[in-house]
Amino acid sequence: MSGQGFRVKGAGDVDRAAPLKFTFDGRKYEGYRGDTLASALLANGVHLVGRSFKYHRPRGIMSAGSEEPNALIQLGDGHRSEPNIRATRIELRDGLVAESQNRWPSLKFDIGSVNNLLHRFLPSGFYYKTFMWPASWWMKYEHWIRRAAGLGKAPTGRDPDRYEKRHGHVDVLIAGGGPAGLAAALAAGRAGARVLLADEGSEFGGALLADRDQSIDGVPALDWVRGVVAELEAMPEVTLLRRATVTGYYDHNYITVLERVTDHLGDAPDHAPRQRLWKLRAKRMVLAAGAIERPLVFADNDRPGIMLSSAARAYVNRFGVAPGRRVLMFTNNDDAYRTALALKAQGVGVAGIVDVRAKVESELAQAVSDAGITVHAGHAIVATRGSLRVSSVDVMRLTADGATATGMARRIDCDAIAVSGGWTPSVHLFSQSAGKLRWSEEIAAFIPDISVQNELSAGACNGAFSLADCLEQGFTAGGAAAAANGFEAPVIDALAVEEPEIGDRLDLWVVPGRKPLGHAGKHFVDFQNDVTAADVHLAAREGYRSVEHLKRYTTTGMGTDQGKTSNINALAIMGEVLGANVPGVGHTTFRPPYTPSTIGAYAGRNIGDLFDPVRSTAMDAWHREAGAKFEHVGQWMRAWYYPKTGETMRQAVDREVLAARASVGILDATTLGKIDIQGPDAAEFLNRVYTNAWLKLAPGRARYGLMLKEDGMVMDDGVTVRLAEDHFHMTTTTGGAGGVLDWLEEWLQTEWPDLKVFCSSVTEQWAVASICGPKCRELLAELCTDIDLSNEAFPFMSIQTGTVAGIPARVFRISFTGELSFEINVPRRHGLTLWKALMAAGEKYDICPYGTEAMHVLRAEKGFIIVGQETDGTVTPGDLCMDWIVSKKKPDFIGKRALLRPDIVKVDRKRLVGLLTEDPNEVIPEGAQIVERLLPEPPMEMIGHVTSSYYSPNCGRSIAMALVKGGLERMGETLTIPLSGKTIKAVVTEARFFDLEGERADG
Amino acid sequence: MLLIDCPWCGPRDDAEFHYGGEAHILRPRDAAALSDEEFAEYLFMQQNPKGPHLERWSHAHGCRRWFNMLRNTATNEILEIYPMGEKPRSEAGKAAYEANWRRGSAAEANALSGESS
Ligand SMILES: [Zn+2]
Repeated sequence: MSGQGFRVKGAGDVDRAAPLKFTFDGRKYEGYRGDTLASALLANGVHLVGRSFKYHRPRGIMSAGSEEPNALIQLGDGHRSEPNIRATRIELRDGLVAESQNRWPSLKFDIGSVNNLLHRFLPSGFYYKTFMWPASWWMKYEHWIRRAAGLGKAPTGRDPDRYEKRHGHVDVLIAGGGPAGLAAALAAGRAGARVLLADEGSEFGGALLADRDQSIDGVPALDWVRGVVAELEAMPEVTLLRRATVTGYYDHNYITVLERVTDHLGDAPDHAPRQRLWKLRAKRMVLAAGAIERPLVFADNDRPGIMLSSAARAYVNRFGVAPGRRVLMFTNNDDAYRTALALKAQGVGVAGIVDVRAKVESELAQAVSDAGITVHAGHAIVATRGSLRVSSVDVMRLTADGATATGMARRIDCDAIAVSGGWTPSVHLFSQSAGKLRWSEEIAAFIPDISVQNELSAGACNGAFSLADCLEQGFTAGGAAAAANGFEAPVIDALAVEEPEIGDRLDLWVVPGRKPLGHAGKHFVDFQNDVTAADVHLAAREGYRSVEHLKRYTTTGMGTDQGKTSNINALAIMGEVLGANVPGVGHTTFRPPYTPSTIGAYAGRNIGDLFDPVRSTAMDAWHREAGAKFEHVGQWMRAWYYPKTGETMRQAVDREVLAARASVGILDATTLGKIDIQGPDAAEFLNRVYTNAWLKLAPGRARYGLMLKEDGMVMDDGVTVRLAEDHFHMTTTTGGAGGVLDWLEEWLQTEWPDLKVFCSSVTEQWAVASICGPKCRELLAELCTDIDLSNEAFPFMSIQTGTVAGIPARVFRISFTGELSFEINVPRRHGLTLWKALMAAGEKYDICPYGTEAMHVLRAEKGFIIVGQETDGTVTPGDLCMDWIVSKKKPDFIGKRALLRPDIVKVDRKRLVGLLTEDPNEVIPEGAQIVERLLPEPPMEMIGHVTSSYYSPNCGRSIAMALVKGGLERMGETLTIPLSGKTIKAVVTEARFFDLEGERADG
Repeated sequence: MLLIDCPWCGPRDDAEFHYGGEAHILRPRDAAALSDEEFAEYLFMQQNPKGPHLERWSHAHGCRRWFNMLRNTATNEILEIYPMGEKPRSEAGKAAYEANWRRGSAAEANALSGESS
């Protein structure tokens, strides 16, 4: 069974030898290779393809291009299912599965269409007016609205397809492969420029693919197209991209092109990505994006079977499909005459032409008359009938001013209507380029005016609608673009063009009906968002004057089609109501992407493991083998804790924390940022970037430093050692390493270029094992014989160079736990060997590897801060009770003056204190807010928050650090921490909990 | 997406660069001598013009060098790129430099004090 009852014998370019099977809403159909889903459905007589967004009205296929507002399809199934795909852009393939959207339970009987009967209660702004109060209910409303409205369903699983990105530079990038774009490519290509021509369709030719009434250079226009494409394909510097939409035009001629590589194939080859996002830098851009026909706004203009005139012509000429058996034209210009003749030529029944123009004198009018087609000049369609497809219309005479329909209504039976309201240039990309538009009265649309970037517009997108003009502008633009790249533009003689002459247009923005607007039928302006002319009038009456407000209030142009068919009609109607002209009303902003784009294409391969680099230490393999749990610290993966069989996290961390103070703990400290700083002015430089004094630090000694931003806020901290008079090794926080290096470079290059200092990141060059605890000196002594490890020879805060386990090492005697501690730095390649040697030798000392969680507990027991945990960019050294590290003597350091600002010296600033919960086993959640006075419900005055909180096995209770307003004056006070479901009480103490005398660092 | 002509590396995508705010904000030499308001001029206040703007950039993911740039904030046109420590040479750059309220401010005078020029 062919079933393609509307296929026209002998017409169109589809491949009749290649029949393809597909399903729509579960029913099986057949089409041909070369069809779109839309043309194949129409060939089978299927016009009803969806329900509208708000009123759930039956909707058909309106266009043959990417401007389609109605025919939005759910394509494919499973995780590949994709919503809101335009049927007019889906190339038919064998086995294609498509479903209509926004209907329940079925397309033909849809519950939601009750909205249509309730339309008086769904005026513009309906959602705003009805659902915004009370505000607390909005969440419920939104859920209900989204379920009822529903634009298809997103798949729930992960996208199984692969996407790629490609970067490139071209001399001339051309958007659109219609006559203007092809002409531009020919001119630029012949000049020798590197050209990329992208077209969103499967074939080049643009509007010429749908027309048969033009010739170029003595041959049918389409033959000329094929010749040009062949010539371009033979040029080595020319790239032709089909199925490639120029989606965005950004600064400095940065252009994105989304190429659909395999979407049209049933079985895609494994090597090909589904889509490819081109990111191109074009020296010159030629915009040849064409134009989009706009519908007329008449009563019930949305029934299935009503489509654009150019679409009807495309279906019959390109796809060999009759839009109906009796097609009526409705127009305000000559375009529909071309369509009528095209239909007639293919033997499709023509019910006549209804033309709002009272007098039509043109070659086309003569040809139509010769063909025996009835023209109802000075008439308008005032009503349409047909529940799931248009079946007849009423036509009435218009008064001279076009404002009213008069006389007797005449009924005309038809099963399709081809509508033309004029053409709107596709200025989207020009506007995205920041170019300024101007209103052209001649074509009643916006056209490019003031250029901002290196681009040229040619052809219909530039307001030139005749084929001859398109070709001429294309040649000129292509030649000029090549010349701007230093190529000599070729001489191309004007081509002989034969095409129908197009006469004047009569704009009638709202076609009158039998009754005043809004009282009989709906005049749709925006089909996708169900916005009517009456809605625009209502918005204007309610005081909306700005076009941006009108857009948001009525939702005109806010669908996935971005109002490609509706914008000009909406603006013109708005202008009429306000008594302004369209330029006075202005236009809304065009934003990328030009058509909806797959997010996967923007992600490309940067997903999963490739989303972000992962940094791991030289000892990573050992941690994994030991069963460590990991945590992300910036891009680093750090061992978090090492659970033994059956241990909870808390049990493991407690064990690690106790071992570090009882025997030996070992931590992989590799991730700390390390910056090698050299130069005669290195000490002076550090003296300026740290708050404390550095000039007199002796070589071989280490010092803890705090770095401030110029506003006095703590930005980083760490220990820096002086290796030699002009050589320092700085450590930073793990997360802050990159930022600190940037910071140092910025000051050196921009503020103090006179300082002779060089900074290099050496984070990756060193592996660091930090051992601590009472037995760690004995352990180290077993592996290191060339360093005297005694307190006298190797005091706290100093550094020695020697060998550990036979590996050359820098050993730092510094401590982040408060215990006797050595940090052993070895070249990265020896990191794992060092670690294994320490573990083996440490066995008899009960060595215990500990992770970052235990490290946090150990340092909190001692009250050591972590930048980024105790600080958040609003915390000064004084807030941390660390005034001891801020030099009073130094004339200057970064942040010094800011520490004197009134807000910084205020007494009631938040200060770092300790908190001891009343219940010693209660651990306060970090980040919890602290109040002084508990009220039955929020709001309550918050006086601070908990920055660090742990269970401390060494203290035998929970400990917490907190920033509390006036905290130092609150010692001994009990504060309240309200949480959902419970309240914790805690007493304010000093922010130190263990070894208050600091006796353990020397072992 | 700007195309920025790094003085050391040539034209590169703006993703490689780091924006460093307004250029030619001199750091006070004797900040203690400034009132809180005067110091705040240096610390907090930045120009936000619609039009030519003198600003600092660094080629953070390239040569890591800082440089100055004159950029029209309305069109993103890059009008001039010149070395750190120097002043703009283009007419538009000189005009933008002179039009800045910071010229002659107490914080700037403090920063310039002791300089020979
Ligand atoms: Zn560079």
